[in-house]
Amino acid sequence: MAESVIRLEDVWKIYHMDEVSVPALSGMNIDIKKGEFVAVVGPSGSGKSTTMNMIGCLDIPTKGKVFLEHHDISKLSESNLAQIRGKKIGFVFQTFNLIPTLTALDNVMLPMTFQNIPREERLKIAKNLLVKVGLGHRVGHLPSQLSGGEKQRVAIARALSNNPEVILADEPTGNLDSKTGEEIMKMLKGLNKDGKTIVMVTHDTDLTKYAKKVIHIKDGKNIND
Amino acid sequence: MIFDFLTYSFNSLRIRKTRTLLTMIGIFIGIAAVVSLISLGSGFQKAVLSQFSDVGTDKLTVQAAETGFGPPGSTAVKRLNDDDFDAIRKVSGVKAAAKRYIRAAKATFKEKTLVVVASSIPQDKDGRTLVVDALNLDVADGRFLEIDDSNKILVGNGFYENEKFPKKVFTGDKIDINGYDFEVVGILEKSGNPQFNDLFLLNEKDLEKVLDIEDEMDLVVVQVTNVNDIEKVSNDINRELRKTRDVEEGKEDFSISTPQETLESVNTILNVVQIVIIGIAGISLVVGGIGIMNTMYTAVLERRREIGIMKSVGARNSDILIIFIIESGILGFVGGVIGVILGVGFSKFVEIAATLALGPGILAADISLGLIIGSLSFSFFVGTISGILPAKQASDLQPVDALRQ
Repeated sequence: MAESVIRLEDVWKIYHMDEVSVPALSGMNIDIKKGEFVAVVGPSGSGKSTTMNMIGCLDIPTKGKVFLEHHDISKLSESNLAQIRGKKIGFVFQTFNLIPTLTALDNVMLPMTFQNIPREERLKIAKNLLVKVGLGHRVGHLPSQLSGGEKQRVAIARALSNNPEVILADEPTGNLDSKTGEEIMKMLKGLNKDGKTIVMVTHDTDLTKYAKKVIHIKDGKNIND
Repeated sequence: MIFDFLTYSFNSLRIRKTRTLLTMIGIFIGIAAVVSLISLGSGFQKAVLSQFSDVGTDKLTVQAAETGFGPPGSTAVKRLNDDDFDAIRKVSGVKAAAKRYIRAAKATFKEKTLVVVASSIPQDKDGRTLVVDALNLDVADGRFLEIDDSNKILVGNGFYENEKFPKKVFTGDKIDINGYDFEVVGILEKSGNPQFNDLFLLNEKDLEKVLDIEDEMDLVVVQVTNVNDIEKVSNDINRELRKTRDVEEGKEDFSISTPQETLESVNTILNVVQIVIIGIAGISLVVGGIGIMNTMYTAVLERRREIGIMKSVGARNSDILIIFIIESGILGFVGGVIGVILGVGFSKFVEIAATLALGPGILAADISLGLIIGSLSFSFFVGTISGILPAKQASDLQPVDALRQ
């Protein structure tokens, strides 16, 4: 059996608004194994975004444990967590989240900068990745000069730059037309074939056809695993 | 990595050009003020020092106590006289002494009469050398006064350059002074001291004759044999003059000034002026720093999402902190560079204007490398310090909160 990459054990996330406590997650259990393509599906308000933040180690649970490989993330210092997150997880967001003042190439190099990879090496890797996603001719362009599909491909190249274990995609086709969305999904599928673990959070049940495993969530809990 | 952070910070500032420029105004006005005022102040100080070194540090001046303002000796109750002069000359350590008159006289030329300041040149060899050295005088045209000249004068450059009289005064012109005819033998070189440009110089005996002076003098210039003994000689002269003038210690009706004393008081004034100037510039820099802080807080608010993105791709709190501090440091430093350029430009402009108006060498901007490096370091420091709080706020943002915007 493949080993776990990310594991959520009875994870609770409770937001306090004035005097009211709102649980976003109430006892979530997810185990993502190496090499899987997992789709986390649920209607809006079901706790998808919070789940994605937990899987991406962007947030700390109110209760329960999140393991990234063998590290309990609540026990890591902020600096260690940031380092591990940068190395092990690549993010692909619905709104692309590229830095507007940096070129495509610089955006792809950014995660490697925080890992102290020498500039020459970063340049080489980033250029190769942009060629791989079909943007070899757009390296010097700013995000504002790229189309939605191109932006998402830059985001994928950026997600791959530190050669992470896991690609975490949050509604990756949400802002794209169906044709471009399909291209992006095929790209993610290809990455999974190459051995990457893909976790995709979406409300679009059509996209589950690309996944090997589907986790349905409702009211802050997974209703199957 | 720092180089990448620098590029990133620089890009962020470049893209928001107008805001960046407006923010830097506070800093560069402050730095321009510091650079121009310090360089001009220090230039002025140097000019004053060099005037004193022209006079020489081995000389002292004795004059009767004044009761009001005016040329030396003019308002004295009891002027110095020949007995005093003899007593001074006999003091041991005095190499030479010369008496001087600085008086108002009526000069008529081309039917116009002006009241001018007439000053005397001693007619003994030692005294003459002493006074000419002390005043550092040169002629621009004609010749200097000879020891045995009579009814000859030297006039200040102002009478040649400007038409104070109906016509400019040239060498060879005749001028009437208090009813006596004088021939102009030379025109003095233009001086940094405007008083010298309006001066009439006469031989001592001529001035005594013209102004009917007997047994009195306005001041005595003393040269000491050994510079190191100047304080002792000054004290000895004080004692001898108390005897000849019959006054008690502490109630002297005369004063002795050494160049050091004058220099020290000039220096004290200049230092106070510089401190005030630096204080004003300091206030402007503090305001500039607050401007930077304001801009940086805005930048943090505006770029919450960027901060979230960077954190999600592996930026540590310290990385975000450094990025924002670099950004505010650049604001301070570039503001400083512009400020130095403006400050140097302004002080050079004042230098040129002063040269045109007052003659060369009066006010030369003293721009030292230390001043430039100091200003740039200080502006960078102000920028950096101002950025610390906003940068801390940025680095403390939780990635999930920052991305939610």
